[in-house]
This record gives sequence, structure tokens and C-alpha cells, in this order.
Amino acid sequence: MKKFSSLLHNLILTPSRNNKIKLLQDYFKILDINRAYALAILSDQLSFQFIKASKLRELVYEQVDQHLFDYSYDYVGDLAETISLIWPTNKEGKSQNLSTLIENIKKIKKSEINTELSQLLSQLSNNERWTLIKICTGGLRIGVSQRLVKTALADLYKKPVNEIEEIWHGLEFPYENLFQWLRNETSKPKIDFKKLFHPMMLANPIDEERDFKRLNASEFQAEYKWDGIRVQLMVSSKSVSLYSRTGDNISSAFPEIIENTKGDAVIDGELLVGRNFKPSGFNDLQQRLNRKKASKDLQEKFPVFIRAYDILFYKGKDLRKLFLYERRKYLEKFQKENKTNKIDLSLIIKFKTWKELTKYKNNLHDDLNEGVMIKLKNSEYLPGRKKGYWYKWKKNPKLVDAILMYAQRGHGKRSSYYSDFTFGVWKENELVPIGKAYSGYTDKELLVLDKFIRNNTTNKFGPVREVKKEIILEVAFDDVFPSSRHKSGVAMRFPRIHRIRWDKPTNEVLSIEEFKKEFKIG
Amino acid sequence: MDFINHQLFIKDINVHIDPILPKKTAIITHGHADHARFGHDHVIATRETIDIMKIRYGDKCAKKFTPLRYGQKYSIKNYDFTLYPAGHILGSAQVLIEKNNHRLVITGDYKVGKDETCKNFKLVKCDTLITEATFGLPIFQHPDPKDEIQKLIRSVKINKNNCHIVGAYALGKAQRVMNLLRQQKYNETIYIHGSLEKLCQYYSKEKINIGKFEKVSSKDKSFYEGKIIIAPPSALKDRWSRRFPNPIICMASGWMTVKQRAKQQGIELPLVISDHSDWNELLDTIKKSKAKNILITHGQEDALVYYCKKQNLVSKPLSIQGRSDEEIE
Repeated sequence: MKKFSSLLHNLILTPSRNNKIKLLQDYFKILDINRAYALAILSDQLSFQFIKASKLRELVYEQVDQHLFDYSYDYVGDLAETISLIWPTNKEGKSQNLSTLIENIKKIKKSEINTELSQLLSQLSNNERWTLIKICTGGLRIGVSQRLVKTALADLYKKPVNEIEEIWHGLEFPYENLFQWLRNETSKPKIDFKKLFHPMMLANPIDEERDFKRLNASEFQAEYKWDGIRVQLMVSSKSVSLYSRTGDNISSAFPEIIENTKGDAVIDGELLVGRNFKPSGFNDLQQRLNRKKASKDLQEKFPVFIRAYDILFYKGKDLRKLFLYERRKYLEKFQKENKTNKIDLSLIIKFKTWKELTKYKNNLHDDLNEGVMIKLKNSEYLPGRKKGYWYKWKKNPKLVDAILMYAQRGHGKRSSYYSDFTFGVWKENELVPIGKAYSGYTDKELLVLDKFIRNNTTNKFGPVREVKKEIILEVAFDDVFPSSRHKSGVAMRFPRIHRIRWDKPTNEVLSIEEFKKEFKIG
Repeated sequence: MDFINHQLFIKDINVHIDPILPKKTAIITHGHADHARFGHDHVIATRETIDIMKIRYGDKCAKKFTPLRYGQKYSIKNYDFTLYPAGHILGSAQVLIEKNNHRLVITGDYKVGKDETCKNFKLVKCDTLITEATFGLPIFQHPDPKDEIQKLIRSVKINKNNCHIVGAYALGKAQRVMNLLRQQKYNETIYIHGSLEKLCQYYSKEKINIGKFEKVSSKDKSFYEGKIIIAPPSALKDRWSRRFPNPIICMASGWMTVKQRAKQQGIELPLVISDHSDWNELLDTIKKSKAKNILITHGQEDALVYYCKKQNLVSKPLSIQGRSDEEIE
């Protein structure tokens, strides 16, 4: 455990990619079971569902005053680190093995979790405690991607990283077959690809100025980018399952899809709400998200369907090495053979020049389309965000000027900076908040805003600072909906700071009535 | 206690403590730039603090200087002033002000732990305590500085082809790091950034063991392999640091407790070495001072105010202009 926690500590503080790889390799050279645990943790394949952030808070409140913890958390901006530092003990006890520790946690009975976990946390040094909490809650955020872990392994054993990538999702803890193959003791592990979730192919944003000059329009096809959630559907005679983009099985939340699809294929598509293949907007889809099950009533009110973009397997045949236009033929064949009211095909937009495509992009449906996708016709299905194959061209965001009202310290990379901003528009002579944003600004703008906030605080509410109403932010957002939960009556989707309007006086900012009128909210 | 305002100004006799702007009479707790400024008429401080001010700002940085020994009483009308060691840096002092049987202590910046580079902190009982709160959160529990300096020594041993650049404030922290290295038997020459030279010479002259040091010069790159270089934090990001071979960037500061802070500043080897009291030392000092009235200055005052109120002490934050958090040490 000591070794692994100092690995994480060093990884988080090492900026250089090569040095990170070296640290990882030094660790992976150990030949015992601990490295399998380490690999599982680093590649996000091990976490304890029953230990949530709220549970950890509960434990720490038993140890220290709640207010003092909250002040500290606000300052540090990272739960694991705050708990590890504020915990009353800090001793370098005799450390358990990483493997023993994890197996012990797995064995904890639910009824004894508070005492057992507290005891465990008390036996560790700050850094080990930090590591343990990171492991428990999952999502390390130490600046190490899965790709980097694979690269470190590949380089260490002189194997191409793509070969590891290919079999990755078929590997299971404790990865014996992987390590044996890496050490050239066996051949490459055989994986049954049909049963696996396949990492999705993702797009990069297009750079209008650079890319359109460089790319040949005739080599590309375009499709609408639908505003739903990306899914992978696996159909076979034995079972049907639906996966989210991150590989979570979400079948139980969408029973109508599971019950009404047939055939033998793996389909990539967008899950949308609507009847007769007429999508009805993200707001409706939201009613179906983050639920484990869907009642009959909900299915009736907000029925879902899949708009298929691509096909990865057809009747057991791996199509991923084929080109997009070839796969499309298989997709059309699949759809013809397995007619259902739950799957239709994404339309291909025909265009000859980028200028022609611009027309489509400027006439997108307000609520339904996020933009257009531009895909190389000769593209294999490549997992991840590879450059040069698929591009997304988002429609222009909506913009509004609003006045900075409150600020709060950020988390993670931005902790200690005032980087979460609440902004508002006028309601008679007062301001009413319409949203909160914590991205979009440049590093320079963040420093300016941070300084302004520190020097112009008029009031403090716990961690929140109220500031002088002087700064106008141009806020970009994807959409805005009516909302009964917010005082202003509106809720923005993905608001971010577009720029700071130094040029504009605050009395030129819209009123909430004008804002609603402009963005057509009843 | 109503004789002193939130700017640490005693209107009655026109005396300021650590004023930001030039004033008639200024009592200076220690030589750091956010406390000791140029241009007062009359400076009252320890001899060492006066020396340091003269080194930094020139012999004429004030019209008149009155050096005080620790424990020596100095009176202005019916106010008696006495300086006591604060344990922060060489010459640092707390100020005891007595008037009509009311004892008020301004701690200035202080630390309770041992430090060979200055006189150790002396607890002064009082009715009103004005304490600093730089590290006024329970997450700050400073480790033993010896262990921290060992991390540096170990890293130097392992990474023979790298040089270690340690960010440390030019006054106080830099010399403390050097002294800690000497305590741990690191006997090599320590290389310093030019801005540290005069202060290091002064510490040497005051018989503080910082060992052999030399200003960094334009030598061959490889010369600095395996060496320790001490520089002010501002120089770490500067072009200055690029002249060295494979530098490992270190920082000696209490802020290094928080990994995310270290990461943000691009620090690869954080050394938690602080010249301020940590949370427990702050609480302990408040308790042992027996003061009923606690005023809290620059730093993380919210948590400390909350704590004091819970202990039934009268407490409020004192916001001194010109000092925002996280810029000091």
C-alpha cells in the first residue's frame, strides 16, 4: 500500500508524460499480485459501489466538527484530500499489502461498515488514506489516462499498444493471461468480441478555419448530430442489451428497446424520446434518464427509440475493419431484415462542398440537433477520439450577457481559485440568478476574475462570496428550459463563460422578461 | 482594548503596528515585506529586524530607529510596549501593549516549533490576543521538518543527474532550509539565487549555521548536476531556472500540505516546512494565553473564529487591508 500510494502521489505531481510512464513501469516491474490490483485501480475497473462520498462524509463527521470540515473542504476542493488531511491520526503504521487491504474491504459487512472503515482509515498515514479514499470512490483524477497505463505496459514489454487496446475490454482481473502474454510466455489472450461492450468511436470538434481548407469534401459524408444519449445495442437470438457510452449496462431502464428488437448485431446509435421516429427534445428524454427502471406509465408518456448511426458486428462478423460506407450497407440490411418501431437509420446528408454543408448546419432544428457530424467515408470503426476521421460541427451557441453575482472556489485543478460563477439578469431593480458556469474562460480571464472577486466581496455566505455587481459576462449556452425549481423560472443547459464584456454597462443587461421573450420561454 | 483599531493603529499616541503606508511611528514585528515597509519617520523593532530593513531598503529607509531587546519595556505616554520572540524568522517579535492593566498581545507571524535560525516563541499571557491565522484550518498539521528535509536529501541521492531547485522565501525560509540541511549532515555547498546573497551573509554574520553557500553563476550546465539550489518562489517559473540540468522543482512551504496546490504550481517535490503555526499550535496558543478576547488577522480566519466562539471566547476577524490570503509567508 505504501508503494502504491507513493506511486499515485508521484504521478499527480509529475508533469512530464515520459516520467509518468517511467514511474508506472517501475511499479509494474513488481511481480506479485499487487500489480494486478494496481492495474485494476489505474484503469478504473475497481471501485466499491457501497462506499460513496456521502458515506465518507458521515465517517469524517464522527471524527471532526462538521463546520470545521466544511471550511476545510471549501479550501482544499478535493474530498479525498480533505478527509485524509483532517483525520485526527497520522501514523505510519505497519502498512498492509494493497491486495490484502482491498480484499479486507470487500469482506466488510454492511452493518459494520462505519466502524470497520473508520478503523482502517485511522491506521494509515495521510498519503495512504488519500489513496484508499480515491480507490473507494473511483475516478482517481491524477492525470493518468487509461491509454497512458497501456502505453507504459506496452513499452515495458515491447508490444504494440494497439494490441493491448484491442483485447482490453475482454480482460478480467487479475489479468494473468495479459501478463503472461506480455512476458512472451503464452500467445495473445483470445477474447469473445461479440459479447463485449466495444469502446465507441468519437469525434473531434472541427476547426472551421483550418480543417475546411485542408479536407476534401468529397471524401466525407455528414449526418445530423442528435441531442440524445449515445448507446450501443447488442442484439442476438439469446439476449439483447443496451450500453451507455461509458460501457454501463442500461438495459433495465429501457425495457421497450430490449423487448422489441431482434436480429444478430452490435449497433451504435442515439437514444431519443419520441413517437413514430419523431424526436421530441432533450427535456423529455431527461425524464427517462438516471432511473434504474421505467414504469409502464413513463414508457407510455415518453417512449424511446434508437436512431442508428453505425454497425460493428453483423451475424457474428466483425465489421470494424471495414470502411464506413461498407458498414452502412450492412446497417441497412440489418434494418430491412429486422423491422421494428424502435430502430430507424440516421439520415445521410448529401453535399458536394463545405459551403453547401454550411447551409444545413445553419438550418438545424433548434431543440433536436446539436450540430452535424462529418465522417470520413473510408473510416474504420476506431475506438476513442482518433484524429482525422470523424468531426463534429456544433451549431453556434446561444449567447446572453449577464451580471456576475456570486462566486465560489472551484475543485480539482481549479481549487483555490474562485472559478464557479453565478450570474443573473435584472428583475425590476434587483438581480435574479439565471445560471452558474465553471468553464469557458481562459486561464488569464480566470486570474482576473479571481482577483476581482477577492477584492470586491460584499458579503460571504459560507463558501459563497457575493461580489460588487460590476462585471458583465457573456454566457454561452446550448439551450434554456422553463424550470419551476429556480427563482428565475429558467434553467440553462451547459452554460459557460464566453468572454468578459468590459465594454458594456450593467444597465444594458436584459431583464428576465426580455430574456424569456428572446429565447421563447413561455 | 478599544484603544487599537482594525488597522492596528493606536490613535491616542499615533502609533501603528506593521503599517502598509509610511507613518509617524511604526512598530515592526519582523522584516517580511508585507510587514516592514519603507519610509516611516520612526521605526521601533528588534535590532535584527532593523538590520534586515536596512539590508533590504537601505540605511535611510526610516528617519529614526529605536532597537529594542526582547523583554525591554518602551513607553509612550501611558502605553507600555514590550517585544517577545515570535519564532517566525530572525528578529521576529510579538508586541505586548499594556495600558491601565489591560494586556494586549499582537503575535505578528509566529510559530511554536523549534528553529535554530531564530529565538523560539515565548508565550505571553494577556487579556486580548490578536493572532495570525495563516494556517487556520484543521487540515494544516505540520510534520516534523527533519522528515521533510530528509525527503530532499534522499531525492538528491537518488537523482544524481538532476539538480534540485528549492523555492523558499528569500528571508527566513531560505536560511531555515539551509540550516535544516546542515542539521541533517548535508555538508555540500548550497547554491543560492542572487537575491538571497545579502540576507544569507547576514544570517552567517549572526552566527546562524547555514554552512557554505555560493551564488549561482554561469557555469557549465553539468556543474549543477546533483546540487541543491535555493531560489525565491518567483524564480521557479522564470527563465532563470532553465539554465539548470533536469531540474526537479521543490518548494518549502506550509501550503505544500495540499497536493492540489503543489500540482497547480508545478511543484514536483513538495516540502511541508512552515514558519507559521499550524492549526493545533494556534489553538494551543489561544488557550494558554488565557485571553478572553481573540482577534484574528490575515489568513483562514473563518474557521478559527468559529472555533473560538465555540469555546465561549469573544472573537472576530480583523481584516487588515493590503493583505489577502495566500500571498504571505
